[in-house]
Amino acid sequence: MKILVSISKTPDTTAKIAFTDNNTKFATDGVQWIINPYDEWYALVRAIELKEKDPSVSVHLINVGGADAEPILRKALALGGDEAIRVNTEGNDSYYIASQIAFVAKEGTYDLVLTGKETIDFNGSSIGGMLAEMLDLPFVSLATSLEISGITATVKREIEGGEESIHADLPLVVSCQKGMAEARIPNMRGIMSARTKPLKVVEPVAAENLTSIKSFELPPAKAGVKLVSADDAGELVRLLHEEAKSF
Amino acid sequence: MSVLIYIDHADGQVKKVSHEALSYGAALAKAIGTTAEGLVLGKTSGDLAVLGIYGITKVHQVTHANLDQVDAQVFAALIADAAIAVNASVVIFSNNINGKAIAPRVSVRLKAGLVSGAVSLPDLTNGFVVRKSVFSGKAFARVEINTPIKVIAVNPNAYPVHTLEGQAEVVALDLQPRDSRIKVTATNKISGKVPLSEADLVVSAGRGLKGPENWGMVEELAELLGAATACSRPVADAHWRPHHEHVGQTGLAIAPNLYIAIGISGAIQHLAGVNRSKVIVVINKDPEAPFFKAADYGIVGDAFEVVPKIITAVRKLKGIA
Repeated sequence: MKILVSISKTPDTTAKIAFTDNNTKFATDGVQWIINPYDEWYALVRAIELKEKDPSVSVHLINVGGADAEPILRKALALGGDEAIRVNTEGNDSYYIASQIAFVAKEGTYDLVLTGKETIDFNGSSIGGMLAEMLDLPFVSLATSLEISGITATVKREIEGGEESIHADLPLVVSCQKGMAEARIPNMRGIMSARTKPLKVVEPVAAENLTSIKSFELPPAKAGVKLVSADDAGELVRLLHEEAKSF
Repeated sequence: MSVLIYIDHADGQVKKVSHEALSYGAALAKAIGTTAEGLVLGKTSGDLAVLGIYGITKVHQVTHANLDQVDAQVFAALIADAAIAVNASVVIFSNNINGKAIAPRVSVRLKAGLVSGAVSLPDLTNGFVVRKSVFSGKAFARVEINTPIKVIAVNPNAYPVHTLEGQAEVVALDLQPRDSRIKVTATNKISGKVPLSEADLVVSAGRGLKGPENWGMVEELAELLGAATACSRPVADAHWRPHHEHVGQTGLAIAPNLYIAIGISGAIQHLAGVNRSKVIVVINKDPEAPFFKAADYGIVGDAFEVVPKIITAVRKLKGIA
C-alpha cells in the first residue's frame, strides 16, 4: 500500500503575527517554521504507524513550496517517511496547491492520501476536499481514527455533537485531527537515515490561481479587561446580563 | 443570476449556522442586485417556506432516500448541478463541519474560487474581495476571487441573523444523486448536551480545577446557562475530561457569544481556539495569567470560591431557588 501525506510549512504556533510590504506579506523575520501540526502529529504519524504494522506500506511526503521547505521535509523523513517530493513552486490559492498535489497523487497511484484537517496559517481546510474532487475519490474529513484491512478503510470522524464510523474502499482521501495519533519526536537513527532518503524536486504543472490575497490586517486591540472583585460575583453576572447581553 | 445558499440540517431541523448563511447570502444578493435562493438536500421536518424571513425568495429541495447521510462527494455534485440549474453566480456555505467538507469539492466542480472562513460581506468596490479569518483568528486576510462563479464558506457566529416578513417558494428540484462510495456504520451522538461547535455559551475549565472530581460546579453553571462545557488541552491530555471538549489550537476552534474560562492561564495555543468568541470572561487566581489580556471581563480569585457565587447569582437572576 502506498500512502501520500501532504506536509505544509507553517509558522510555529507561538510565532508573532505581523505583516510587511504595506500589509501584503507575512513578516517572516525571526519566525520559526514547523510542519503544520495537523499534518505532522496526526496525518504523518498515523501513516508511520500503519507502516510499522505492515512493512509493505510505503509513506511518501508531498510539499508544495520553495527550497526553504526542505528542513521540515527532512524532519518528516526523520519521523519515518520513506521519500519526499517537493513541487517547486509557491502559492496561497488552495486550488493551485491542490492541483499540484493531485497531479503527483495521480502519477504515483496512491491508495491513501492523508492531510491535516487544516493549516494553522491560512485555516482554509480545503486542500483535502479539493484533492478528492480532482481525483474523483471519496473524502472523509476530520478523522479521529483510521484502520486499514485489505482494501477497506474503517474511519471514525467528528460530526456535530458526536462521531460517526465509516467504511470505505481504497483509494481514499482522509483529513486527520486530534485522536488519530500522538505526537512523536524523531530519534537519532531516524535523523541519520533521513539524510540519505530521497527528496525529489519536481516542477509544477500548469494550474490556475482562482483567488489572490490582497492584504492582511490585525484585529483591533481589545478595550481591556473589566475586572470585578472576587467578593462581588453577582456584579459579573449583572454585567454579562445587562451590559454584554450574553444571556 | 442568483446567490445560492446551501442549507445544512440535522435531525430534520435547519441548523442555526444556516440561518446566518441565509442572512449573509440575502444581503449579498441585495448588494449585487439579484435574488437569494436556498438549497436543501434530503428530507426535513417543518415548512421550509418560513425560511423566507431570512430574505430568500425560493428554497430548492432535492428529496431522495440516498441523502439521509452526508457524503461530501454526493452532496457536492448535486450542489454544483443545482448552482448551474439556477444560474448561481455565488454559492454560500456555512464553514461548519459539512461546509468544510463540501465547499472545496463544489469549488473544483464549478472551477469557482473559494474563500472559506469568511467573516464579512464581500467588498465589491474593486473586484470581489472577501475578508477571512487567518492565523487561527489572530489576523484577517482580504482575498479576491477571480472567477465568474464564487464560493464562500461563512464562519459560524461571524455574521448576524437578519429577519424580515416573507415566505419563500418551495420548489422540488429534480436531480438524481450518484451512489455513495462510503458507508456510515455507526453514529454516536452525545445526547442531552449542547454540542460545543454549535453552542452560544461555553463554560470551560483548566488545570486550575486540580482534578476531574471538581467539575461538578462547571457542569452546574453550564446547565444553568444552557451552555456547553469545554476544557484546555492539559485537562484533556490528563483524561480529566473527554477529548471532544478540548478547545484550542489543536482541539476545536469555537466562536460562541460567551466564553467563560475558569482556571485556564490562556496559553497562546488555547487563545487560538477561542479568540473568535464575542465575550470572554476569565476567572483565575493569578493576576498575571496571560488570559486576562484577551478577556473582556475578569475576576482575580479562587475558582472554588468564585464559581459557587456566580452560580448563586445566576440562580437568583433566573428566579431559580
